[in-house]
Amino acid sequence: MGMTMTQKILAAHAGLDSVRAGQLVSARADMVLGNDITTPVAVNEFNKAGFTSVFDTRKVTIVLDHFIPNKDIKAAEQAKTCRQFARKYGVEHFYDVGEMGIEHALLPEKGLVAPGELCIGADSHTCTYGALGAFSTGVGSTDMAAGLATGTAWFKVPAALRFELRGSLAPNVSGKDVILHIIGMIGVDGALYKSMEFGGEGLKSLTIDDRLCIANMAIEAGGKNGIFEVDETTLAYVGERVSRPYTVYTPDPDAEYEKVYEIDLSQIKSTVAFPHLPENTRTIDQVGDVAIDQVVIGSCTNGRLSDMAAAARILKGHHVARDCRTIIIPATMQIYRDCMKLGYTDIFLDAGCVVSTPTCGPCLGGYMGILAEGERCVSTTNRNFVGRMGHPKSEVYLASPEVAAASAIAGKIADPNRI
Amino acid sequence: MNAKGTVFKYGDNIDTDVIIPARYLNTPDHKELAAHCMEDIDASFIKTMKPGDIIVGGFNFGCGSSREHAPIAIKASGVSCVIAKTFARIFYRNSINIGLAILECPEASDRIRAGDEVAVDFDTGLIENLTRGERYQAEPFPPFIKEIINHNGLMNALAAGKGKA
Repeated sequence: MGMTMTQKILAAHAGLDSVRAGQLVSARADMVLGNDITTPVAVNEFNKAGFTSVFDTRKVTIVLDHFIPNKDIKAAEQAKTCRQFARKYGVEHFYDVGEMGIEHALLPEKGLVAPGELCIGADSHTCTYGALGAFSTGVGSTDMAAGLATGTAWFKVPAALRFELRGSLAPNVSGKDVILHIIGMIGVDGALYKSMEFGGEGLKSLTIDDRLCIANMAIEAGGKNGIFEVDETTLAYVGERVSRPYTVYTPDPDAEYEKVYEIDLSQIKSTVAFPHLPENTRTIDQVGDVAIDQVVIGSCTNGRLSDMAAAARILKGHHVARDCRTIIIPATMQIYRDCMKLGYTDIFLDAGCVVSTPTCGPCLGGYMGILAEGERCVSTTNRNFVGRMGHPKSEVYLASPEVAAASAIAGKIADPNRI
Repeated sequence: MNAKGTVFKYGDNIDTDVIIPARYLNTPDHKELAAHCMEDIDASFIKTMKPGDIIVGGFNFGCGSSREHAPIAIKASGVSCVIAKTFARIFYRNSINIGLAILECPEASDRIRAGDEVAVDFDTGLIENLTRGERYQAEPFPPFIKEIINHNGLMNALAAGKGKA
């Protein structure tokens, strides 16, 4: 029986010729990642177990991004724990204020993940890097601690769902709409424990940013990972950033999939996930009249340069609605700088938006845009659970940057084609 | 290993944001996390639960964020076991890694009601509903995972040289 891309990468990193779905393996990691929330818990475990070194200082990344710049004294203490650990053990890829970005935008940008590599991260959206043809998955802090010490992690080899893409996206429709459409179709546990593999002739029409956004939300369908076949677009992106050798894996022709979904990209419409689950999706023509108090454009899902470009294109020459606070967060310092160079920042400021330095803050209700009771937010982030962005009686509507920007102008959920 | 306690029952897709809201993630302190366990879905939980009590959920328990703070908050609150139809995968591995007992059993999840007295035998996977006089069989863990649980977590298992598949 043939193997999927994910199974091939797991086999190679477990030192095995082949693996099958359900098999438990111990696999070698090419990168172990943590952030300012998950790393302190891992550091406790690491210290308690009495470890005195990390397995490879070049293969550890710690990014301070969730509550950074420090939101309060306790958050500052957590950041300090991370900083001290990174210095003490010589962690090569440590990103603090001034250099940091939202981790899942930063690692691809810095070339820290390449096709065929295996990455574990103590953050659920670590599945993002599957966009580059890597096996990458979210784990907890104890897994991170074990990974820091041993460079390995245990996995149950996942079965797979295959998404066969064809066609190309309509104007003002982007990767976010594709993944919201898929989650609406299969549900928040539709890919539970499984790998979501994307390929097909439609792949070539998707930008790397589209793919990163789609892979990012594999976890919102319960997936273990999302993974894209590698093509010219991937190689061009990686070629500018990665100098070490890497391996491109392709699925076997007789690889086993539990289900194959055909996705015609040209048929996908702007899609919004209503509270309180990412599967509660409606296409833009079905949303009705939903007045909003806030818009957030940013996050590991949609804080990349193409997201900023889409928001700028729609906001140009407009002003956001009265009483609709609009918070724009470029995901890395590079994107922040590019937004200034390309004139996006001026467009945002002219439109009455605020532009923040990179942070995960509002997405998880940390800070920088908390919602009061009864307030509604259209957000390009990834979760709309009860209380996710603030008060348990606030509401989050997940959408693309195009829809979010249009909604900011209208003061209610709006179709970007009607602005 | 066994557990026995009163059941707190919740529905499908109980996410880690309601288990421990992110506004409390500015500390890794187990007791502080436990003090806010389930706060946004059941503010009375932490006030009324007793050590040893059991949480029963539906499908996809623990979905969302990878925050280990979620199983830590549950374990540190004194909950002895979580039973669900299915668990989200990161929550599942985090629970095993920190030594929080969890069992997948759709029948138990359907039949057990809030307030039932339930006893669990982790070695056999047998769940006994003492209130209703019913028994349900959960899938026992594979030996590799049982090894981690028996060591009360991954780091202890690693220290004992048992953390490799």
